[in-house]
Amino acid sequence: MAASVTNIPIGTPSRSEARRLTGSQIIWDTLVNEGVEVVFGYPGGAIMPAYDALPDYPMLRHILVRHEQGAAHMADGFARASGRVGVCVATSGPGATNLVTGIANAMMDSIPMVCVTGQVASSLIGSDAFQEVDITGITLPITKHNFVVSRTEDIMPTIRQAMYIASSGRPGPVLVDITKDAQNGSTDYRFDATPIRLPGYRPDHHSLPQQIERALELIRAAKRPIIFCGHGVIKSNASALLLELVQKTNIPVALTLLGLGGFPASHPRSLGMMGMHGEAWVNTAIQEADLILALGMRFDDRVTGNLKTYAPHAKKIHFELDPAEINKNVKVDLALLGDLRETLRQLVPHVEKPSIDTWVNRIEGLKGDSAVRDIKELPDAGRLFAAHVIHDLWRFTQGNALVVTDVGQHQMWEAQYYKHDHPRKLLTSGGLGTMGFALPAAMGARLAQPQDDIWVVAGDGGFQMTACELATCAQENIKVNVAIINNGYLGMVRQWQQFFYGGRYVATPIKSPDFVKLAEAHGLKGIRVTERRNVQAAVEEARANAETTVIDFRVEQEDSVYPMVPAGADLDAMIRRPLPEGLSHNPIFETGED
Amino acid sequence: MAEAQSQILRTFVAYVEDRPGVLNRISSLFRRRNYNIVSLNVGSTNEPGISRMTFRIAADDDMARRIEANLYKMVNVLSVEDITQKPSVSRDLALIKVNVGPEKRAEVLQLCEVFRARAVDVGPETLIVEITGTQDKIDGLSAILAPFGIAEMVQTGAVAMTRGPQGTAATSLQQPPPSLRDLSVA
Repeated sequence: MAASVTNIPIGTPSRSEARRLTGSQIIWDTLVNEGVEVVFGYPGGAIMPAYDALPDYPMLRHILVRHEQGAAHMADGFARASGRVGVCVATSGPGATNLVTGIANAMMDSIPMVCVTGQVASSLIGSDAFQEVDITGITLPITKHNFVVSRTEDIMPTIRQAMYIASSGRPGPVLVDITKDAQNGSTDYRFDATPIRLPGYRPDHHSLPQQIERALELIRAAKRPIIFCGHGVIKSNASALLLELVQKTNIPVALTLLGLGGFPASHPRSLGMMGMHGEAWVNTAIQEADLILALGMRFDDRVTGNLKTYAPHAKKIHFELDPAEINKNVKVDLALLGDLRETLRQLVPHVEKPSIDTWVNRIEGLKGDSAVRDIKELPDAGRLFAAHVIHDLWRFTQGNALVVTDVGQHQMWEAQYYKHDHPRKLLTSGGLGTMGFALPAAMGARLAQPQDDIWVVAGDGGFQMTACELATCAQENIKVNVAIINNGYLGMVRQWQQFFYGGRYVATPIKSPDFVKLAEAHGLKGIRVTERRNVQAAVEEARANAETTVIDFRVEQEDSVYPMVPAGADLDAMIRRPLPEGLSHNPIFETGED
Repeated sequence: MAEAQSQILRTFVAYVEDRPGVLNRISSLFRRRNYNIVSLNVGSTNEPGISRMTFRIAADDDMARRIEANLYKMVNVLSVEDITQKPSVSRDLALIKVNVGPEKRAEVLQLCEVFRARAVDVGPETLIVEITGTQDKIDGLSAILAPFGIAEMVQTGAVAMTRGPQGTAATSLQQPPPSLRDLSVA
């Protein structure tokens, strides 16, 4: 049978006719048939057969990374920016273990990702063979699911299942570990396009009509309601419905870090980010609210502070896809299970406007004159504040950039001062808080969004964790702009040391290479900015450059992120910005009440 | 949690696909979520390819529901049911090796009779007793036998089944547990 069809060129994905293919070819053919256009990876012994077949699939772009963690973050960034499954490839052993941080990161933020790893030949499994590692065992708690494939004929169905599991229900990373002999083997192959059916996997949950009815009643009766916009709003593409809900009800919206962009920051009812570094008025409003509509968020400890005193007056409605999240951290009064967009479609047409003018005015009062929030005109006394850099970046990119942040102080400043009006325009490592995420994730986002103005915002510490990917930018012609918020410290840890460890700066001062020269060494552009008046030119030059451009912003060294709710403290017990010495008033305000 | 509820010993039944690594996945979940397993039993069913598990965990109401939800979420888990509050039959099996020679053998066998335990092996200085029943019954027998000297003891962990018609876990393979369908607490 196979002999009669060999004249079909390899690399022409076919759904109809069986062909004799190797396992290696099947890996790529299946991915191509699943709609995958780019994979991020690094070759090695146990995945070499697959790489050998890669040129047969020229429609599949392969990005050669410098470290497999970068491949995982790129696949993650691709998935966040596109809403599609990101795919990364690594060899067995150290290649696979290098993926681990990236996989855990994707798991914590529920990112659809498929990782294909090579494995030693099945006859060698368990023998401690060269570069053998039990990667399915290692990744068991940090994947949504994982598979070992040791038979060629299982490759296609398994990769299809992996793509399906990764992208359906609450998304997550899925790892497929394929032995070298399965790659080398051949089988009659025909891509199977029938819907996947897994007997034990039913991620579709739905709310009952009486639960929707109950939610409508609670909204109608509310005096001080607040909506939480979480990551789920973005992932279920529910932003438009959320906007409609707010336009109908006028209920203010607080956002989680990962929810930023899910509701327009420029909307008058947008309160900004909640939680540990949330604005004072947001956290105060949460503590005073009598109804919380929690949309696609999981009451992370960085959001709630002390659970015992959290939102004590509020009835809570949890809109959530994953039943295991209900009552995990915060006991809720009503849970609406299911895809958020579907639930909102049922709810929004029937929602009635509650009488909440007093409440809305109260919150506006807390916000005070919103102009104080606009720090652009506030004096900097000749100093370069990170908040000013981020704010200027927002202005000079017209608020339209796709920003990818790393983890730390700059991440919080970005959340506070770059106002995102659209979903999928802020990508950040939320749950795991992975330093080194930004550069590779932005590169993945570039492959998903070729037209976007993509900015990495990273600290000098985190940037160095994956700075090797600059070489990938150069080799693969991936253009991103990099803003390093360089304060010479591991800033967030330094801030904690200042606040909670008696100001002992242990292992936080960090010496960096000359980032301008580092960029130049990669054949890229580098710019240094030490004064605020040069921010605009640098931003514009970076945008105009065809190649990746790294801007080294030398900012105030010992600045801190305010306000701050210490870990585990009551949500409205915040550390506020002290008046800096030598300044008659604060260059940066966090609330109208200062 | 907002308020600490009282934890009780709960019994869950789960149907899972009979594949390599499934038990590892489930025990890994319990470890990761910090659920302390009291006992766990897995074995085949009348359906080829499907295994049935019984496990006991001390948990409060919310935790029990999350255990169900986390298990149901797993790709290889077909159904799960908390049968703690349902009329059910639960059995452990234990083998107890008692240090007993010919002179006291009759006395031990007589005690076993009371517990409906039976001797399954007799050696010159030992006796293996098999007992099936609830944990209480097994604890009772082992306490009675302790003075003779227990050389070894092994126990299966509970297997459980609801009384009456076919249980929910068996009839609702691929269906969410009932507790997940009705989450309106207020």
